[in-house]
Amino acid sequence: METKEMTCINCPMGCQLSVTVDGDKIQVSGNTCPRGEAYAKDEVTNPTRIVTSTIQVSNGQRVSCKTERAIPKGKIFDVMDEIRKAKANAPISIGDPLIKNVCDTGIDIVATKNIK
Amino acid sequence: MNYDVVIVGGGPAGLAAAYSCKQEGIDSILIIERDDKLGGILNQCIHNGFGLHTFKEELTGPEYAQRFIDKVYEEKIEYKLNSTVINISNDLKVTYVSKNDGLNVIEAKAIILCMGCRERPRGALNIPGYRPAGIYSAGTAQRLMNIDGYKIGKEVVILGSGDIGLIMARRMTLEGAHVNCVAELMPYSGGLKRNIVQCLNDYDIPLYLSHTVVDIKGKDRVEAVTIAEVDKNRKPIPGTEIEYKCDTLLLSVGLLPENELSRMANIELSRVTGGPVVSDSLETNIEGIYACGNVLHVHDLVDYVSQEAGLAGKSAAKHVKAKNASHKYIEVVPSNGIRYTVPQKIDVENIGDNVILRFRVDNIYTNRSIVLKYGDEELSRRKKKVLAPGEMEQIIIDGQTLNNIKGDKLEIFTEEAN
Amino acid sequence: MLYDVVIIGAGVVGSSTARYLSRFDLEIAVLEKEEDVCSGTSKANSAIVHAGHDAKPGSLKAKFNLLGSKMMEGLSKELDFSYKRNGSFVVCFSKEDMPSLNELYQRGLENGVEGLEILDGDEVRRREPNLSENIVAALWCPTGAIVCPFELTQAMAENAATNGVEFIFNTKVEKIEKKDDYYLINDSIKTKAIINCAGVYSDTIHNLVSDKKYHIIPKKGDYVLMDREVGGLVSSTIFQLPTKAGKGVLVTPTVHGNLLVGPSATDIEDKNGNNTTSDDLSMIIDRAKLSANNIPFNKTITSFSGIRAHEEGGDFIIEEATDNFFDCVGIESPGLSAAPAIGEYVSELVSKKLNASKKDHFVGERKGIVKLSSLSFEERAELIKHNPSYGQIICRCEEISEGEIVDAIRRKPGATSLDGIKRRVRAGMGRCQAGFCSPKVMEILSRELGKPLEEICKNNPNSKLVIGKMKED
Repeated sequence: METKEMTCINCPMGCQLSVTVDGDKIQVSGNTCPRGEAYAKDEVTNPTRIVTSTIQVSNGQRVSCKTERAIPKGKIFDVMDEIRKAKANAPISIGDPLIKNVCDTGIDIVATKNIK
Repeated sequence: MNYDVVIVGGGPAGLAAAYSCKQEGIDSILIIERDDKLGGILNQCIHNGFGLHTFKEELTGPEYAQRFIDKVYEEKIEYKLNSTVINISNDLKVTYVSKNDGLNVIEAKAIILCMGCRERPRGALNIPGYRPAGIYSAGTAQRLMNIDGYKIGKEVVILGSGDIGLIMARRMTLEGAHVNCVAELMPYSGGLKRNIVQCLNDYDIPLYLSHTVVDIKGKDRVEAVTIAEVDKNRKPIPGTEIEYKCDTLLLSVGLLPENELSRMANIELSRVTGGPVVSDSLETNIEGIYACGNVLHVHDLVDYVSQEAGLAGKSAAKHVKAKNASHKYIEVVPSNGIRYTVPQKIDVENIGDNVILRFRVDNIYTNRSIVLKYGDEELSRRKKKVLAPGEMEQIIIDGQTLNNIKGDKLEIFTEEAN
Repeated sequence: MLYDVVIIGAGVVGSSTARYLSRFDLEIAVLEKEEDVCSGTSKANSAIVHAGHDAKPGSLKAKFNLLGSKMMEGLSKELDFSYKRNGSFVVCFSKEDMPSLNELYQRGLENGVEGLEILDGDEVRRREPNLSENIVAALWCPTGAIVCPFELTQAMAENAATNGVEFIFNTKVEKIEKKDDYYLINDSIKTKAIINCAGVYSDTIHNLVSDKKYHIIPKKGDYVLMDREVGGLVSSTIFQLPTKAGKGVLVTPTVHGNLLVGPSATDIEDKNGNNTTSDDLSMIIDRAKLSANNIPFNKTITSFSGIRAHEEGGDFIIEEATDNFFDCVGIESPGLSAAPAIGEYVSELVSKKLNASKKDHFVGERKGIVKLSSLSFEERAELIKHNPSYGQIICRCEEISEGEIVDAIRRKPGATSLDGIKRRVRAGMGRCQAGFCSPKVMEILSRELGKPLEEICKNNPNSKLVIGKMKED
């Protein structure tokens, strides 16, 4: 059995949540609404984050980019390594994949800016 | 040169104001932008979290900006880049300079101020110590990294837990720097909760509330920064100092609306917000000049900037089409925990469908009611579990209700909830 | 190459000396340890041209202060730097201190200061309505003035360069050897004569060649600078009469319209120790409040500290110390006011010793960098037509254009650093303190100097602003 403390980010209240994981059973306390419970469960089972950064463009500029969806939190620094190594070629449009299936997450890194 | 509406600034406020003006049937619009592209500060805000209210999806800054830039393109709204407005007069003449056009004066029927805000510098805090390289406001660091592509330091201390500071703590960590801590003078953070969790907690960056920087060492480049705890009067407590060896100090200690031009036009400014005093149509005391976005008051969500700018665009369009409306203003009077409201006055002879009252509280409050009173009548009473200065609040008042009552002021205050 | 004269230090005294010495047919170089002129004591002081009542009659301080103060206005026209004769008050807070005020008045008369008057408190407040009710009387000095110390130094240096003086930066003098008929500096630079204008280091330089040892005690002074919005609080410079409680601090407008308060006076060990301290800052804030009501400290845009070169003997030392080695040692306040007179005097001394004759084609005038924000719209329009880069605003707080910044870089000696730009054209000097303009100014410096942006510094070559490009390590 393991207990984790966390702050709910769904609204300004910022409830202090206490999450107890016992095998498959997850118990959340401290929340004032169901959104808090859902957030806490995700955070202990599979916390994910969107990662944003910039990638070098061959013309010397940089293009801003993001993971198209949230990736597992544990892979953030691996993804950053890939982003640092990558290079993109202009022209680029918002949404263009710049790295496919980054770090085997099944998720692409896409451009968030147009480059002519 | 003549335009119906001149919009000063092509950031999120300017773009949304221009689009809404156009939707109201105004064709002669000019946006004047000092940078080399539209979008303003959003271009350097490459993180996600924009647009949940406006587009029901989470966008990055550049993506959010592009949605509005595309609308400006589609609507063929005129804009000028690399052009700086150097004067606005109260008879609605706008003077700007640029390499291509030289110095020009434009006569406008309405002007919308969308100049945004600037960061408070170190000097405003009187932080003692040396003045070496490596001290940046968070936004300057953000620009150098995200637009220009430079690394600015390896070992970092951040003063101020405003959102840009928190975002930059994560950004620098991701780029390989080590962020030692974020120190915040106040006993609470000025940033959004979500940013504290996702930018600090995720990377084990400590946040020290009620702390400030008391010394900066390093004659050439920053070598160390000392922080200390502060007492109730925000004075450092001797003996609580911690020194961090570092090469960079980022400051995220507040934003100030940028109102040099407003002053030139004799626009009345609020001492609390630093922005113009406006009516519910977002008109300043100078007829035909409107203000919206961070030049009016500092927002924490760009969605509200776009909304506010939409109203400013609509009001400016209305002004162009029908001049000489008569006005009667009542004041909005904040007290007991409410720091300010925007608008600060309501034109009771021209009330629209509704009036949006945005405001901030002056401290952290729990279990409070926000009460709205017009004359002797209580218009609304809303119970809130938590109120924080870092989060802008809003109340939408039905226009009909206001029309039905007579009074000389609208009061807004907080009260212990029972 | 053998120089006739090497001047050590490109502060206001070194630059002034270079300028006046460039009237003579001499090969002159100025060695400066920093990357730019005006980088030591000259850059951080009260920016005051003192009327000349403070120094002891008969002292060099008294002599050169008065001469300098008389030269300054004419010089500001010849060399185009900001100067304003705004007058000064020395205010007195208690009847008991009146004898000291009278003494100051008498000393002023003895020193030859013109127009001095003692006024009662009401008259003082009639002239300066924001001054405190606690002022019982004041000494009015109509010849007191304010000046931009950066522009003054740059103007002197540029004019010297125009007349052939060579400026060598990033060169710290570590070693001076006396050879048969010349001096050898740092094993590489040969010169017949040396003028020591090394400010807080003038003792170190002097002691390299002379057996008579000097000792400079660095005296730190903290200042608080407020926004131009509030510069009108007072129109003249307000000094406090020195009392047992302390020397007092001043409240003054600057020539650029800011409000300046300070300095503290703290003896320190480190000659580079120009860090502000909270004790000094709170002291000057508290003391300044005695002079004027409602000083808007919430409009502070920066605080800074300067170091004064106080020599134990207390007076300026301006003389030939040993064969062809000339000293300007201990030039503390009123050094800025005295600088033109010191420069002229030393140039006469040195040229006579070297038997130099005056040049035929000395250029006595210099035009400063155009200040766009001070021009009329018509003049600005004309200027942009001629050179479009005056139409690109870079610093929005002070409204400084690309054209002005480029001019600052291309001048000789020109700006090579962010601080160099700031001191020449005020980009970054405004209320956002370079938040918006520094990336852009760095870009222009990089382009104009043909250096990668990573090498652009705040001031000296160790003050790098970024640590590299963002790519894989």
